Amino acid sequence: MTNSWTDIKNTDLVLIMGGNAAEAHPCGFKWVTEAKANRGAKLIVVDPRFTRSASVADFYAPIRQGTDIAFLLGVINYCLQNGKIQKDYVANYTNASLVVKEGYSYKDGLFSGYDESKRDYDRSTWDYEIGPDGYAVTDTTLQHPRCVFNLLKEHVAQYTPEFVERICGTPKDKFLTVAKMVSETSAPDKVMTSMYALGWTQHSKGSQNIRGMAMLQLLLGNMGLAGGGMNALRGHSNIQGLTDVGLMSNLLPGYLTLPSEKETSLAPYMQTRLFKPLRPDQTSFWQNYKKFFVSFQKAMYGPAATAENDWAFDYLPKLDVTYDVLRAFDLMDQGKMTGYFCQGFNPLLSFPDRGKVTRALSKLKWLVTMDPLETETSRFWENHGKYNEVDSASIQTEVFQLPSTCFAEDEGSLTNSSRWLQWHWPGADAPGEAKSDVWIMAQLWKRLKTAYQKDGGAFPDPIVNLVWNYKNPDDPQPDEIAREVNGYVLADVPDPTDSSKMLLQKGKQVPAFAALRDDGTTACGCWIYSGSFTEAGNMMARRDNKDPGDMGAYLNWAFAWPANRRVLYNRASANLEGQPWDPSRKLIAWDGSKWAGNDIPDIAPTAKPGTVMPFIMNQEGVGKLWVRAGMRDGPFPVHYEPFESPINNPVNPKIKGNPVARVFKEDLARMAENGSKEFPYAATSYRLTEHFHYWTKHVQVNAVLQPEFFVEISEQLAAEKGIKPGGWVKVSSKRGQVEAKAVVTKRIKPLTCDGKTVHVVGIPIHWGFMGAAKKGFGPNSLTPFVGDANIETPEFKAFLVNVEPIPGPVA
Amino acid sequence: MLGEVSRRQFLKGAGASVAGSAMGALGFMGVEEAVAASIRPFKLANTTETRNTCPYCSVGCGIIMYSESSKADGKRKIMHIEGDVDHPTNRGTLCPKGAALLDFVNAPTRTKYPMHRAPGAKEFKRVSWEFALDRIAQLMKEDRDRNFVAKNKDGVTVNRWTTTGFLAASATTNETAFATYKVVRSAGMLVFDNQARV
Ligand code: SF4
Repeated sequence: MTNSWTDIKNTDLVLIMGGNAAEAHPCGFKWVTEAKANRGAKLIVVDPRFTRSASVADFYAPIRQGTDIAFLLGVINYCLQNGKIQKDYVANYTNASLVVKEGYSYKDGLFSGYDESKRDYDRSTWDYEIGPDGYAVTDTTLQHPRCVFNLLKEHVAQYTPEFVERICGTPKDKFLTVAKMVSETSAPDKVMTSMYALGWTQHSKGSQNIRGMAMLQLLLGNMGLAGGGMNALRGHSNIQGLTDVGLMSNLLPGYLTLPSEKETSLAPYMQTRLFKPLRPDQTSFWQNYKKFFVSFQKAMYGPAATAENDWAFDYLPKLDVTYDVLRAFDLMDQGKMTGYFCQGFNPLLSFPDRGKVTRALSKLKWLVTMDPLETETSRFWENHGKYNEVDSASIQTEVFQLPSTCFAEDEGSLTNSSRWLQWHWPGADAPGEAKSDVWIMAQLWKRLKTAYQKDGGAFPDPIVNLVWNYKNPDDPQPDEIAREVNGYVLADVPDPTDSSKMLLQKGKQVPAFAALRDDGTTACGCWIYSGSFTEAGNMMARRDNKDPGDMGAYLNWAFAWPANRRVLYNRASANLEGQPWDPSRKLIAWDGSKWAGNDIPDIAPTAKPGTVMPFIMNQEGVGKLWVRAGMRDGPFPVHYEPFESPINNPVNPKIKGNPVARVFKEDLARMAENGSKEFPYAATSYRLTEHFHYWTKHVQVNAVLQPEFFVEISEQLAAEKGIKPGGWVKVSSKRGQVEAKAVVTKRIKPLTCDGKTVHVVGIPIHWGFMGAAKKGFGPNSLTPFVGDANIETPEFKAFLVNVEPIPGPVA
Repeated sequence: MLGEVSRRQFLKGAGASVAGSAMGALGFMGVEEAVAASIRPFKLANTTETRNTCPYCSVGCGIIMYSESSKADGKRKIMHIEGDVDHPTNRGTLCPKGAALLDFVNAPTRTKYPMHRAPGAKEFKRVSWEFALDRIAQLMKEDRDRNFVAKNKDGVTVNRWTTTGFLAASATTNETAFATYKVVRSAGMLVFDNQARV
C-alpha cells in the first residue's frame, strides 16, 4: 500500500476492483465502512461476482475477468474527454508534458520494436527526447503531439463506453455510472482510494492492470493524498516483508537487484544503476544505490568485502535468466534440478497445472519441507485415492519433513500491507521437537561451512566468510538479526565539518538509511528497514496508539518503512506552493522554512516548494503516466485477453494472450484455443472469508464453517446444463479435472462479450488432502502454466473450463 | 464482610495461598478456606498475556494470546486468543480466520518431529534432527560441488548454483527472512522465490 488501512477512513470514494476486501481482509475493510459512515464516502465494486464487498457497495458493476485494462483505459478516456483531471497536479507532478522521441509508435495492440520470434520488444524507441542540456524535453503547454499527454489521449481513444462493453461485458450505462463517480474525484479536494489484490495480479498482464489504475490515480491527483493512493491489500501476513527483504531470484534486499552475467564487475553493474536525474533539480533518490549496495555486502561478508575486491562482487551469483517459480518447476520437470526446499510453502496446491507440479516433484532427488503444518507438498508421493492419485513406489524422491514453529512460538517482525513492521512475542513453547526456521537455517549453514572448511569444494568463499556474529551461532536471536537488518557502523566516521566530532561511531546502530555509506564504514541488511532498530531501541516493538492529528497515521505504533513514513509521496498532498489541496486532510505542508505536519515528509525537509517534485524515487521527479522501457509489455497498458479466453481480442484478433508473456512450448500445447467449444466457460479462482489458503483446513472451526470443496455457477448455466443446486459436477480444463458440489447462485450472472454469452464459473481454492476439512480439489488442477509478462505471477484468475453434471458419490 | 473484598482480591485469594492472603490476615481463615475449596480457580488469573499478530492475512491484526504451563509436560501452551483492543487497525475485532487461531496453534496436524521418506517408500519414518540435518547438508554439498557454475561459456565469473532451489515462506518473520537470505544467497542459489507471485 502507498497508504495504510487506517488511512482509508479519510477517503471520499473507494473503488474495489481486483479484490474483495470484505471477505479476504475483513478487519481492514472496516475502514471502508468507517469512511462511509463518518465522511459519507461511497463504495464502488467492479467484479465478475457479486461479492460481499459488492453487497455493501453504493454501486456494483459486473466485469468479465481479465478485462480490467479495457475498463480502466475506458475510464481514463472518459476523464480526458470530459476534462475531468486534476489539471495542476497533472501539469506539475506527472510526466504529461515530457516529450517522447521520434520512432515510438503503437498500432493494433503492438508497440514499436516488436519481435514475434522472440516474443519481446526492442524497447529503445520507448524513451524521452533528450535536449542539449542532457535533460528530457518538456512542453508545459501540452501542445506537442509527442508529449506524453497527447500520446496517452490518442492511445486510450479506442476505449469508448461501447468498446468497453464489448470487451468487458459491463453494460454501457453501468460503466458510465462508475466513470462519472470516479471522475468527480479529479476535484483537488476529492480523493479516491484504489483497493486491489490478486484479482489484478494473477493475470498474464497483472502488472499492467495495476499501472492502469496508477495512471488514473495520477490523472485524478489522488496519489500521495490522505484517503488516496494505490493500495495493494497483499495476501499473506508477511509477503510484503519477504519481498522487501528480497527473497526472490533476482533481488537483493530493499529492491536492489542482482547483477546479470553481462555485468562482469562492479563498474558495469553500477553503470546501469546511476539513476541520473532526467529533469533539473530532481532528487532521483536511487542515486544512492551504491551506498545501500556496499552496506549490504558488508552486512553479508564483513571484512571479506573490500574496496579492492569490488566489495565481494564475485560472491554474488550472476543471472542468465530469472529463476521464478514457473521456470523452477519447468526445469524440475525437465529433470534439471536435484534438490528443493519448501519453507512454509505448499506448491502442490499453490502452483498452476498440478499434474505438471506432481511430475516435477517426482523428478527431484530430494525435497525438504519446513512447515508447522502437514502440507500436501510434503506428502505429494503418498496415494490419497482420487485426491492424490500417485504410485508411491515409482517416485524416487527422498523427502524430509522438518517441523517448524508457528507465530505463537516465534518472535520477530511481520510487515503488513500498511508497510508497518510489527514486532510480536512468543507465548508458547514449540510442540514436540519443532524448531524455529532460523535455527534450522543456522544448522544447515554450520554443517556446510564445516564441510567446506574441512574438505573444500566449489567456491567455498561466500559460505565460509558469511558474517555470523551471533552470541550463540547455533541459534541466532531475532533481535540480533533485526539489528543487522537495520544496519550498524563498522568504523568511526569523523564529521567533515567539525573534526572534533564524530559523524558515526563504530559499533553503534545507524539511525536511518541517510547515514549509510559506500566506503565500507557501514553495514546494513536491508536499507529500507533502516531506522527500525536504532540506538533508541526496537522501533518495531512500539505500541503507542495515539494519533494526534486524527489522520490515522499512528506514528508511534510500530515502524513503517521507509523512515516511518505512513503515506508515500505525501509531498503531492500539497500544491506547488506547499499548501494542502484539502486543509482538513493535511499530511504535510511547507511552513516557510521546512516541511512538517502529521506524517514524515516524503521529500528533503528543507526542499523549497516548486523545485523538487514529489516523486523523488523517479529520475523525472514526477509520476509516470508513461514508463519508458520499465515494463516489458509496453509504456502504456493495452487490453490483452487471457491466454485462454472465450473470445478473440477485439483490439487485434491475431494476438493470443499477452504477446510478450513467456510461455513454455509444452505448456502452450496444453492451452485451449480462444472461443473453445470443448471448454466454453470462463473460470476464475477465489477465496472464502472462512478460510485462509491451505492453512485453515487444518483448523477445526474453519473446517466446520466451510467443510467442503464446491464450484459456483449462475442459475442460467445450471438451467442450461441441468445442474441442481448441491448436485455434483465435473469441471475440466485442457490440463485436468476436478469433482465438486455445485453452488448455484445469483451472485454470478452471464455476461455478453463481443456478441456472445459468457458464463462465469467460480472456483474457491481451499481444499486438499490433509487437515480437518473434507478432502477436495483446488483450481490449480485446472489452471494454465503461464505468468505475468513482467513478474511471472501465474494466471489463476482467468482460464477456460467445461462443466458437466455427474452422479454424486454413493453415500 | 466478604462483599467488601474486591473481585480481583477475592479471585487472587481463591487461586493462591490462603494463609498469606489479605483475608487470612484479617482473621477470616475458616471462611476463606471453605470458599476457596468450593470454587474453581479463575483460569485467566494464571495465564500470561502475550502480544502477537494474526499470521494469516496482511491486515496484520493485533491479538493477545493467553498461555499457561501444561501439567503434562511443563511446556507453555496457548489456551485462549482474542483481538487486541488497543491495536489501531483491528481495535479488538477478528475475522472468522483470526477468531479461530487457537485451533491452528493446537491443530492435530501440526508437525512435531523430523520425518524422512526414503525413495519409493509408502510412508514417513521419524528420524532425529541430527540425521536429517547431516543428510540434507551432505546432499546440498554433493549437488553444489557437482553442478556449481563458476564461469559461463564466455569465461565470465558467474558463481551460480541452479540445480537446488529454495522457496521461502510468506508468514515467517523478517528476521527469519534475512537469516534465510544469508544462507541461501551465500551458497550461490538463484532458484529462489517466495509466495509473492502466487
Ligand atoms: S483476523 Fe482476519 S483480517 Fe485480521 S489479520 Fe487475521 S485473517 Fe486478516
